[in-house]
Amino acid sequence: MARTNLVVGGLTTLIIIIVAVFAPLLAPYHPVDDADLMVSDEPPNNKFFFGTDNQGRDILSRVIFGARISLSVGLISQAFNTLIGIILGMTAGFFGKWWDDIVMGLTNIMLSIPSLIFALAIMALLGPGLLNVFIALGFTNWSYTCRITRSQVLSARSLDYVTAARALGYGQNRIMFTQILPNIVGPILVIATLGVAYAILLEASLSFLGLGVQPPTPSWGGMLSTAREQLFTAPWISIFPGMAIFITVLGLNLLGDGLRDILDPHITKQK
Amino acid sequence: MLAYAIRRLLQFIPTILVITLIIFLLLNVLPGNAALMAAGDQDHNIDIHYIEMMKKDWGLDKPIWLRYVLYVKDMATGNLGLSFLRREPVRDLITDRLWPTLKLAIMAMVIAVSFGIPLGFFSALRQGRWLDTFTMMGAVSGVSMPQFWLGLLLMFFVSVKLRLLPPMGYGDGNFINMILPAFTLGVGYMALLARTTRAAVVEILTADYIRTARAKGLSELLVNSNHVWRNTLVLVMTTAGLQFGALMGQTVIVEKLFSWPGLGSLLVDSIFQRDIPVTQGCILTIIMVFLIVNLTVDLLYGFIDPRISYK
Repeated sequence: MARTNLVVGGLTTLIIIIVAVFAPLLAPYHPVDDADLMVSDEPPNNKFFFGTDNQGRDILSRVIFGARISLSVGLISQAFNTLIGIILGMTAGFFGKWWDDIVMGLTNIMLSIPSLIFALAIMALLGPGLLNVFIALGFTNWSYTCRITRSQVLSARSLDYVTAARALGYGQNRIMFTQILPNIVGPILVIATLGVAYAILLEASLSFLGLGVQPPTPSWGGMLSTAREQLFTAPWISIFPGMAIFITVLGLNLLGDGLRDILDPHITKQK
Repeated sequence: MLAYAIRRLLQFIPTILVITLIIFLLLNVLPGNAALMAAGDQDHNIDIHYIEMMKKDWGLDKPIWLRYVLYVKDMATGNLGLSFLRREPVRDLITDRLWPTLKLAIMAMVIAVSFGIPLGFFSALRQGRWLDTFTMMGAVSGVSMPQFWLGLLLMFFVSVKLRLLPPMGYGDGNFINMILPAFTLGVGYMALLARTTRAAVVEILTADYIRTARAKGLSELLVNSNHVWRNTLVLVMTTAGLQFGALMGQTVIVEKLFSWPGLGSLLVDSIFQRDIPVTQGCILTIIMVFLIVNLTVDLLYGFIDPRISYK
C-alpha cells in the first residue's frame, strides 16, 4: 500500500511538474492572448480538446498554464512555512524556558484560527494579487511544522549523538542545524508535502472567491469562479480546471502518505 | 472536574485577547484611508475638514493601541461597532447571518460524523479487504477534492440535469435547500474523519488490553464494541473538534458558491467593500464558534474517558 501510494503520487506530481515547466511547448494556444470571440463557449471538439471559455480562449492551454501558478504558490509558500516552522520549532525545543512558552502559545493560537480565515484576513489587508497570495499563504500554515520540529528536537536533545557533539565543543547553532536537523528531516518532509497540497487548495479557494490571482492570469480557482456563472450554459468550463486541482492535490497527498509510511518508524513497526 | 472546567474557561480569555489583537492589528494597518471609505466617497477632491470630522466620528483619530483597548471594551459588552457601509451595528448584521451558517455547519458535521466514523471503524477491522481499500481511496480523494468544484458538479448533475434539488439559495431555510451545500461542506470532513478513525483503530487493535480482552475469551463483537469503539471515540473526538475549525472556515466558500446568506458570504462581501468593522466581526465570530466547540470537546472528555484526571 505504501509503495503504491508513493509511486502513484510521485509519478502524478512529476507529470504535473513537467507540464508546468514545459507549458509553453505543450499548450496549443496562448492562454491569454489567443482570445477569439468568434469561437467563444465552444464545447470540447477536435480543435479545442477542452472547449473554449466565454472569451474564446482555449481551456486546455489555460489549464496547462494554470499548473505554473498552482505549483509555484504551493512550493514557495510552503517553503516559507517550513522555514518559519523549523526555525521556531528548533529554537523552542532547544532553548526551552520562556521562549518555548511564547512559541507554543503562538502555535496553539495559529491552530485555533482556520487557515482559510487567516489567509482571508491577510488578503483583506494586502488586497488581491499573486504576490500577496504568496505572502498570505506563506505565513498561514507553519504551526504543524513547528510543533513536529519541536517535539522531534526535544526527543533528540538527550540522545548520544547530541551529547557527543556537545563534548566535541560544537556551538549551539552548529548542533541544531548540522547535527539535529538532518536527523529529523523525514517528518518535516512529510508535513511539507501535504502542506504544498493544502496551499494549492487554499490558493484555488482564494482565487475562486476573487481575492487571489486576478484574471486574465490563468489560475484554476479563478477559472472555476467564472465557470460558475456559466454552469447552465457551458458546463464543460467547470470540469477541467477542477479536475486539474483534484489530480494535483491527490497526487501530492498520496506522495505525502507514502513518504510517511516509509519514513515513520512508528507506523512501519506496527505492520 | 469543576475546578478543571473553571481553569479551562479562564484559559479561554487570554486566547481570545491575543486572537483579537492579531486580527485587529492585521485589519487596522490597512493601507488606504479608512475615514474616506467610511465617508462612502471615492472622490479624492472631498473636503479635508469633512474627512477629519469623519475620522473623529469613527474614532479613527485616536492612536491604534487606544482603539484596540476601546474595541475590546466594547466587545466585552457585545458591541462590535458600526458597519462603515451600512451604518448598522455589526452585531445585528452578524446575528442575522449566524444561524444559517451554524445550521449548515452542524448539518455537514452530522453527515460527516455519521458516515465518516463508521466507515473508518469497519475499514480498520477489515484491513486490506475491499471495504478498506475502497473507503481509503474515497477518503484520500475526499480530502483532495476542492469543495467548490464538488459543489459545482453536484449543482450541475443533481439540480440542472436531474432537477432533484434547488441549485442554490436559502429558500425559506427549507431542508431541501440545505442538502447540497451541507453535503458539499461535509465531504472533506467525512473523508478526514474516516482516515483518522481508521488510523486510531489500527493502533488500538495492537494494544495490550485488546489482547487481554481476547485472551479472557470475550467474543470479537464484545471486544470491538466495548474495548475498541470507546477508545476510538476518545482519539477521534480531538480531531473532530479541531477540524470543526477548518469546517467553519470552509463555510465561506460553500456559502459563496451556493449563494447562502451566512457569515461566510457576509465576510467575503465586507472584504470587497473594505467594511473593516464587519470583516473583523465576522472573523472573530467564526473563530469564537470554533473555540467554544473545542472547549466543549475538552469538557466532554471527562464523560467519555474516565482515565483523564483533571489536574
